[in-house]
Parts: sequence; C-alpha cells; structure tokens
Amino acid sequence: MTTTTIAGREVRIDDEGFMTDPNEWSEDLAPVLAKAVGIDELTPDHWVVIRFLRDDFAAMGETPTLRRISTVAGVATKRLFELFPKKPGKKMAYVAGLPKPQGCI
Amino acid sequence: MTTDTQARPAFLDEETTDRKLCIICSKGTLDMAYPGLVLANAALGEGIETNIFFTFWGLDMVAKKRMGHLKATPVGNTAMHMPQAIGPLPGMTTMATRMMKKEIAKLGFPEIPEFLQTLVDSGAHLWACKMSADMMKLEMDELFDGVEGIIGATEFMEMSEGAQIIFV
Repeated sequence: MTTTTIAGREVRIDDEGFMTDPNEWSEDLAPVLAKAVGIDELTPDHWVVIRFLRDDFAAMGETPTLRRISTVAGVATKRLFELFPKKPGKKMAYVAGLPKPQGCI
Repeated sequence: MTTDTQARPAFLDEETTDRKLCIICSKGTLDMAYPGLVLANAALGEGIETNIFFTFWGLDMVAKKRMGHLKATPVGNTAMHMPQAIGPLPGMTTMATRMMKKEIAKLGFPEIPEFLQTLVDSGAHLWACKMSADMMKLEMDELFDGVEGIIGATEFMEMSEGAQIIFV
C-alpha cells in the first residue's frame, strides 16, 4: 500500500493508482484526479457520472460498469467515451475515488 | 509504506499503445455469440482498437432477420449436462434457448442486437465475410446497420496486420 498527496491531502492508493478507501475521497479531489487522467475540466455531465458512481457504489458495494451506468443512470455509451476517453471505466472510477470496475460488461 | 507525490496513475501507462485486436466470430448459436462480444467490449473499454469479423454461421449474428433469434441447443453439447438422447427431442432447443436468455438477462447482459449497438457506440468496427454473405445471399441492407462493409479474406489480412487475433 502506498500513500500519496492529492490536493494537499494524504490518501492511500493501490499499485495502479486507484484510491483504496472511498471514505478518503471528497468532491474537491475530483478535479485534481481528473487532471491526472487528462481531463482538464469537469462539466456537469462528468458530475452526473461521478455522483452516480459514488451513490451506486455506496448502495451496491461495487463500482458500476459502463453498461450499468448507461442503463441505470441513462448516460449513453457514446457519451461516456466522450467524457472519459479511451479507458472510460477506469478513468471515471479513478476520478470518483473508487476501485476499478470488475464486471465483464 | 512509502510516500510519493501524485503523478500520472499507472493504469494510464499503456494509453498510448497501438494495441489492436481482431475477433473472428464464426458461430451462430446464442451461447457462442457472447464470448467474442464480451471480449470486444472489454477491449474497447481499455482503449484497444477492435475489429470484429463475422464469418460463416457467425454471420447470423449480424443478419437483421436472424440476429435477434439466435438459439442455444443441447444437441452435441455435453456441457448442458443432460442425457444426449433427450437433446434432439422436439421443443428442447426452444427450452434451452429460453433458459439461457433468462440466465443472461439475470446477469444484466444485453441481447445480441443491443450488445452489438453498444459495441459500435464504443468504437468497434464490424465486418461481414464476403464468401459467407455470397453463400447466404445476404446484401449490405440485410445486415445490421453497424456493419461497415462486406470484405474478403485478403482485406481481412490487410486490416489485421499487427493485430492480435481471437477466433471464436
């Protein structure tokens, strides 16, 4: 386990850089985490996804997959790839301070 | 325990990769339609360029008239764990198909047409095999809209240069 400093706060991360304790995350960290994965500005659409991830993780105990976000939160798959390019599942989990999604779809 | 300053997370290291994947779907049964599509979905989520080539019976997966009606059958499939003599009885394929669709839905997996649309929305490129299309007398307008073209084996070879290939 490694610790790192994000926005002046010490948090724990795993080997891939994902935060390991969701309770160490708060919304003020999100813009800093987003910059680290190449997203310069979080738009309201980004926030819809981030807040859904947080709520769903709290309710279900696991990070939702892209399919779950599109079917339950109603954000289209295409849009998810626009908001979090290339590796959407991992990037959105990273920004939301959650483990990477494990589901196959 | 070590401390370092926040940097680019490790999972982004391969983001600039030119990794490329070609998946060949050659089966037209419901059970064999999923493996290729699940792998394609995972690849796209990792930023990997993904081409899917539908050939022989796999063409049913993108034939408008058939893609929503793929079937699972216990005939010749010992993994369905029932006496082999029961498999060919009337109604068994319908029953096996219904059961499998129910289980797939329970897992939250989409049906084939919706799955293919999700893959296209995620950036997948779909191709139909020319020989199979000729054999089954299928034209472009009879294929799923996401199919970009009907191509021959040579074109597939050109397209898959440098790619990893999965045959299903």
